[in-house]
Amino acid sequence: MSTILILEQVLNGLQFGIMLFLMAAGLTLIFGVMGLINLAHGSLYMVGAFAAAAVAGATGSFLLALAAALAAAAVAGAIIEIVVIRRLYRAAHLDQVLATFALILIFSEGTRWVFGSFPLFLDVPSYLSGPVTLPGGIQYPLYRLALIAVGLAVAVFLWWLTARTRIGIQIRAGENDREMIAALGVDISRLYTLVFALGAALAGLAGALVGAIQSVQVGMGEPVLILAFVVIVIGGIGSIKGAFIGAVLVGLTDTLGGIFLPELFKLFMEPGAATQTGSALASMAVYILMSLVLIWRPTGLFGARA
Amino acid sequence: MKRLLALSTAIALGASGAMADTKIGMITTLSGGGAGLGIDVRDGFMLAIAQAGRDDVEVVIEDDQRKPDIAVQLADKMIQSEKVDIMTGIIWSNLAMAVVPSAVNQGVFYLSPNAGPSALAGKGCHENYFNVAWQNDNLHEAAGAYANGTGYENSFILAPNYPAGKDALTGYKRFFEGEIANEIYTQLGQTDYAAEIAQIRASGADSVFFFLPGGMGISFLKQYADSGVDLPVVGPAFSFDQGILQAVGGAALGVVNTSQWSKDIDNATNAAFVESFAAEYGRLPSLYASQGFDTANLILSALDKASADDAGAFRDALRAADFDSTRGDFAFGPNNHPVQTIYAREVIQEGDVFTNKTLGVALANHSDAYAGNCNM
Repeated sequence: MSTILILEQVLNGLQFGIMLFLMAAGLTLIFGVMGLINLAHGSLYMVGAFAAAAVAGATGSFLLALAAALAAAAVAGAIIEIVVIRRLYRAAHLDQVLATFALILIFSEGTRWVFGSFPLFLDVPSYLSGPVTLPGGIQYPLYRLALIAVGLAVAVFLWWLTARTRIGIQIRAGENDREMIAALGVDISRLYTLVFALGAALAGLAGALVGAIQSVQVGMGEPVLILAFVVIVIGGIGSIKGAFIGAVLVGLTDTLGGIFLPELFKLFMEPGAATQTGSALASMAVYILMSLVLIWRPTGLFGARA
Repeated sequence: MKRLLALSTAIALGASGAMADTKIGMITTLSGGGAGLGIDVRDGFMLAIAQAGRDDVEVVIEDDQRKPDIAVQLADKMIQSEKVDIMTGIIWSNLAMAVVPSAVNQGVFYLSPNAGPSALAGKGCHENYFNVAWQNDNLHEAAGAYANGTGYENSFILAPNYPAGKDALTGYKRFFEGEIANEIYTQLGQTDYAAEIAQIRASGADSVFFFLPGGMGISFLKQYADSGVDLPVVGPAFSFDQGILQAVGGAALGVVNTSQWSKDIDNATNAAFVESFAAEYGRLPSLYASQGFDTANLILSALDKASADDAGAFRDALRAADFDSTRGDFAFGPNNHPVQTIYAREVIQEGDVFTNKTLGVALANHSDAYAGNCNM
C-alpha cells in the first residue's frame, strides 16, 4: 500500500466529511435551537439536487444551478416550517418524528410526480472536471478539491454568523433559553423560520454539489441523513464546531475503515474471508466510533447537554 | 399512492372488460428507489396486452415498494382473494425469493420478467416457475467471455455486498480466464466510490468489471470518468439501460456492456416494439421493458393454445415458447430458464440521446450453470 494511495484516501475521507458537515450543520442548528428532530432534512438535500439538475438542464450554467438549489431548498424549508413544523415545537419528539417522516414520503412522491421516476442528469462543470496533479504526484479530481474548498468556506461563514453577528447571538440565546429571548423582544417565530431556512439551504447546497458526482434520484437524501445524525451525536447536539469535527471524523473513519480493515484482516486471514469480515466491520466503523465517543463523553464532543 | 394504484388497476380492468377468463397478478416496484425498473416492466407488459386487444385477460397491478414483506402480503391477497391464475412482475431477487416458492406451490404460474436468483434455477426449480429474462449470472458470464475475446488479462472487479452482487462476480469469474487484480464488495446503496477508484488506480489492472445497478452505477461512472483513470470498463446492461443512460451522460460513452436485448436487434418484432413503445410512452424502451413485453406475449401465446385452468396443457404451451420475442430466437432450457444469445453493446450518442449499439455476440445460445441441478 503506497503513500500516494493513503494520502488520496485521506483526501477522499476529508471531502466526504466536509459534505456531511453541510448536512449536519443545518440539522444540528435546527435540533439545537428549536429542539426539533427533522427527518425531512434529507428531502431538502434531494430538493436542492433536483432544482440544480433542472436549472442546469435548462440554462447550462452550474453556478445558476447552485443558486437555484440554495433558493429552492430555503423556500421549501421556510414553507414546511410555517405550514407544518411550527405546530410541532411543543409536541413530543415522537410526534415530530412521525410528522417529519410523513414529509419525507410527501417530498419523495411529489418529486416523482414532477420529475418522473428516472434519475436526472447533473454533471460537473467543464472548468472543474478532470484530475489535477498535486504535490507528491497525487492525481486528484479537481471537483472534489473544489468541494473541500466550498465546505471550508461555509464552515467559516457559519462560524462568523454565529460568533460575530446579531442573528448569531439570537440563535445562541435561543438555544439556551427561548422564553427569555422572546421576553426580550426577539421575534422568536421569525428567528425559527430563518434558522430552518438556513439549515435547509445548506442541505440543498450539499445535495446540488454532491448530485454532480452522484445520481440525482428520489430517495437520495435518506442514507446521508442517517450519517448526518451520527455526526451531530458525535459532535454534540447544537454545536457547529462539533458538527464540523464530527463530520470530518466520520468521513475519515468511513473511508479509511473501508480500505484498511480488509487489508488488516488479510494479514492473518485468507483473502476472501478477510474481504468479507473487513467490509462488514468497515460498515460498522462509524457506529463503533459513535459508541466510543458517547462512552467517553455522553453529550458528544462539544455538546452542552444530552 | 393507493388511489393511483386503484386507478391503474381500474384502467387495466376497463381495458380488458369485466368478463375476464384469465386473471394475471403483477407485483412490481412502482414507488421508492428503483421504481423506474418496475414501471418499464409494467409499461412493456401492458403494451403487449393492449396490442393483443383481447377482452378475456385481466391484469391486476400492485406496488411492492421494493419491500419483501409487502410483496408477500400482496401475493397472498392476489392468490387467496383475487384468485389469479398467473403472477409476474417482481424485479428484485430478494423479493422473488420471498414470493415465488410459496406462489408456485399453491398452483399459481409465475413468470419472472426480471429477477433470476440461482436458488430458483437449480435445486429450487419448479415446473410452474418460468424465467423470461435471464438467470442472474448470465449477463456477467457474457461480460467475462467478452473480456477474454478482447484480450484483457487482469481485471479489477467490484459489486455490492448482497446475493445478486455475489452472483455477478461469480458469473464473471466463471468465464473470465485472466487474473483478478482485486475483488471488492461495496455497500449496497453506496454513492461515493472515490476510495474504490483510488484502489483501481493503484491496482495495476488492465480492465474493470463492475455490477452496480441503478443509482450506484450512475455515481460510479461519473466519478470514474472524472478521476482520470482510463482503464477500459465492462459491465452488464443494468448500469447502461435506457432509463439511466441519460443521467450518466457522456461518462458512459464507449463503455461495452452485455445484454440479451438491444433496441437495434434486427427483427420485425423488435422494430415494431421499439416504435410502438416510443409512440405510446414518449421514451425509448429499456431492456426491462422488452422483458415485460416478452413475458406478456409468452403468456398470450400459451393462452391461445390452452386455458390457464388446464395446468398441464398450459404449462406445455408456455414451455414451447411459441411467440415472437423481441430478442429473436428464444427457447426454454430444462429448468424453464432461457437459452438465448447474449450480445455485447457499446454506449453511443444519437443526437441528444445516449443509447446502445450492438457490437456482436458475446455468448451464443447460452444456458445457465444451474440447470444440471434441477430435477423437475
